Amino acid sequence: MKITVDEDKCCGAGQCVLLAPEVFDQRDDDGIVVLLDAAPAAGHHAAVRESAAVCPAAAIVLSEDA
Amino acid sequence: MTQVGSVLVVGASAAGLATAEALRRKGYQGALTVIGGEFHPPYDRPPLSKQVLAGEWVPERAQLRTADQLAALDAEIVLQDPARSLDTAARTVRTASGRAVRADAVVIATGLRSRAFPGQQSLEGVHTLRSLDDALALRSALQSADRTVVIGDGVLGAEIAATARGMGVDVTLVGMLTAPMVGLLGSRMAARLAQLHTDRGVHMEFGVAVEFLQEERGRVTAVGLADGRVLPARTVVVAIGSVPATDWLTDSGLTVADGVVCDAFCQAADGVYAVGDVARWHHRGLGKFVRWENRTNANEQAAAVAANILGENRPYTPVPYMWTDQFDAKIQAHGLLGEDADVQVVEGSEEDGRFVALYRRDGHMTGVLGWNMPKQARLHRAAVVDHYTAQAALHA
Repeated sequence: MKITVDEDKCCGAGQCVLLAPEVFDQRDDDGIVVLLDAAPAAGHHAAVRESAAVCPAAAIVLSEDA
Repeated sequence: MTQVGSVLVVGASAAGLATAEALRRKGYQGALTVIGGEFHPPYDRPPLSKQVLAGEWVPERAQLRTADQLAALDAEIVLQDPARSLDTAARTVRTASGRAVRADAVVIATGLRSRAFPGQQSLEGVHTLRSLDDALALRSALQSADRTVVIGDGVLGAEIAATARGMGVDVTLVGMLTAPMVGLLGSRMAARLAQLHTDRGVHMEFGVAVEFLQEERGRVTAVGLADGRVLPARTVVVAIGSVPATDWLTDSGLTVADGVVCDAFCQAADGVYAVGDVARWHHRGLGKFVRWENRTNANEQAAAVAANILGENRPYTPVPYMWTDQFDAKIQAHGLLGEDADVQVVEGSEEDGRFVALYRRDGHMTGVLGWNMPKQARLHRAAVVDHYTAQAALHA
């Protein structure tokens, strides 16, 4: 799994951090997503898929075959 | 519930698409059909009043998925063919083109329609903003507009006013209540928002109703207020709320009362579910029926509906979340803030324009507001979760 985030789309909701705190964080100053791990271990995949699904700004894109 | 072999999602916007995707993510391999009334593939609405209206994004950037991603969903996606009726017992939907689709589970995701001001439809220069086409039409009007009046107390009117002002337009925002978004933010923070708009040059007319739209040869020329004043305008935006798009369900036998009424599992009838802006469901945490028009609810409720279609039997008890970006303010709300709450700033400062405030009502922590502090607001979210889930846990 390979993750890319679109900082320009990100609205700073932080839903991704609630679901997968090992993979996502937010910048302190403006809340924009910080990708901690662009290719997380399999154990995180379900939470990452959930994060991408609930992101209200559609700012997380996953590529499963990478 | 017996094994579901076919699902029909009525509505091809955020909530409908998210439901279809959640079903596949959870391993559903049966037939999947999504029908939508619009020409465009599924797109996102929050950018319409901001980035798309401002011209910062090309319209395609608001699309929720690429063509490849939609193809990977392995669903039949039918566009430009709005649903016209639902036979609830037979779980069959008929569309404008005469198509009839039957499914083991039907998901209603038809969203909202803009509420109209009486007589506005026949007038040139009067706009609403709900669809992508609406946004592009309004953008085109604002590019040549001199005086524009935006009518509305809610988040949409305030966002449109801010965006138009950013485009250099002379804008007046008119509302019946005391301040913009007062129902969502409470009076103290709504006053702060009103001040921000004033500082940036938006003319604010609050606490006054709009009585009529003045016209000349079929084109709007002014907005008449209840106090007798007349505001000249070449462009008028009506943002006075929305109504659930449920006309097509009149003969369905479903209970429709400001939305499709559902149980705690988002089920409206056996095998019929509703999701997103159109759904009024029983929130067990709050102990009442609610209908939420926020973007996050579309995705979260979609996951709950997909789970329940597949037999998980999970009551839906979310903590609401909404955000708005106006001028340089990023405002975020976790939970419900409310007009009558006690507001306490717990981090940052109002003077600096960066703070987190907690909202307390009847002894309960009900909401967290972040003003240019999204991360810090999210960190305080835990303080309100109990209010939305504790009661549900008792009844589980």
